Amino acid sequence: MATQRPIARPLSPHLSIWKWGPHMTVSILHRVTGDGMATVGTVVLVWWLAAIAGGERSYATFHFVFGEWLGGALGYLFGVGLTLSFFQHLASGIRHFVLDTGAGYELKGNRRGSMATFAFSIIATAAFWAYLLGVK
Amino acid sequence: MGQGTELGRVRGLGSAKEGAHHWWQQRVTAAANLFLMVWFVIAIARLSAYDYDTVKVWLSSAWVAIPMLLLILSVFWHFRLGLQVVIEDYLHHESKVAAIFALNFFVIATAAIAVFSILKVAFTAGAHV
Ligand code: HEM
Repeated sequence: MATQRPIARPLSPHLSIWKWGPHMTVSILHRVTGDGMATVGTVVLVWWLAAIAGGERSYATFHFVFGEWLGGALGYLFGVGLTLSFFQHLASGIRHFVLDTGAGYELKGNRRGSMATFAFSIIATAAFWAYLLGVK
Repeated sequence: MGQGTELGRVRGLGSAKEGAHHWWQQRVTAAANLFLMVWFVIAIARLSAYDYDTVKVWLSSAWVAIPMLLLILSVFWHFRLGLQVVIEDYLHHESKVAAIFALNFFVIATAAIAVFSILKVAFTAGAHV
């Protein structure tokens, strides 16, 4: 194994010298939201589809759990969690496409892009629920 | 180290030559997800109610059942690729193999239930079941 570091190359990354930045939050949130939708979201979606296919009584169980029990608390909990996750993952996914082209790595622009994903997911989630509960 | 010939020591340590394909499929499904999921979220928001009759009539239309089938294929393949990377990042050796095994079972089983459910609703619309 190589023991000597090639002098001409930069030493990177410096594991002990770094500062938390919004790009790190976007990165880990992309993973958390993706994993959350893939596990929790999949179970809820598949349950919903199977409940519709199962007929009126099986749908009533699903409807009770998410729409009636505790005033529909579970519906709001999972609904808000999944929509917020979706919009955040959507925004950071588009940010991935931009970074894939090699653009957006300058410090200021990168920071602005990261912050924009948070702004988008919060506004889109609020708009979705405002429409669902208010406008309709 | 120090076992066998030089060639024998490095054999099998390189790239499995599937990385770029995996990366590209993650991007293709991501693009498809973007359209299909935005359609789905808007469609759900615009449903007039969430009772059995409303959602059943909605799902039985070809204009809904077909995009829903595409959504299941694209999203499930996308997160199957994505969770594979997450597993490879955190688990190694036997536990990694077991987790990938479980992941494949989970994806295929849930996708089968979803596809069957959509087709059943679409194909039995109008019939009494
Ligand atoms: C708006 C639609 C979507 C877009 C644009 C999108 C985009 C992406 C991209 C670009 C990646 C790759 C990230 C990387 O290479 O590090 C990714 C990863 C992932 N996505 Fe999505 N995605 C979308 C929807 C979804 C949905 C609906 C789910 C789950 C049901 C999901 C689950 C995942 C998972 C689990 C990963 C792996 C995360 C990781 O490696 O940390 N995605 N997504």
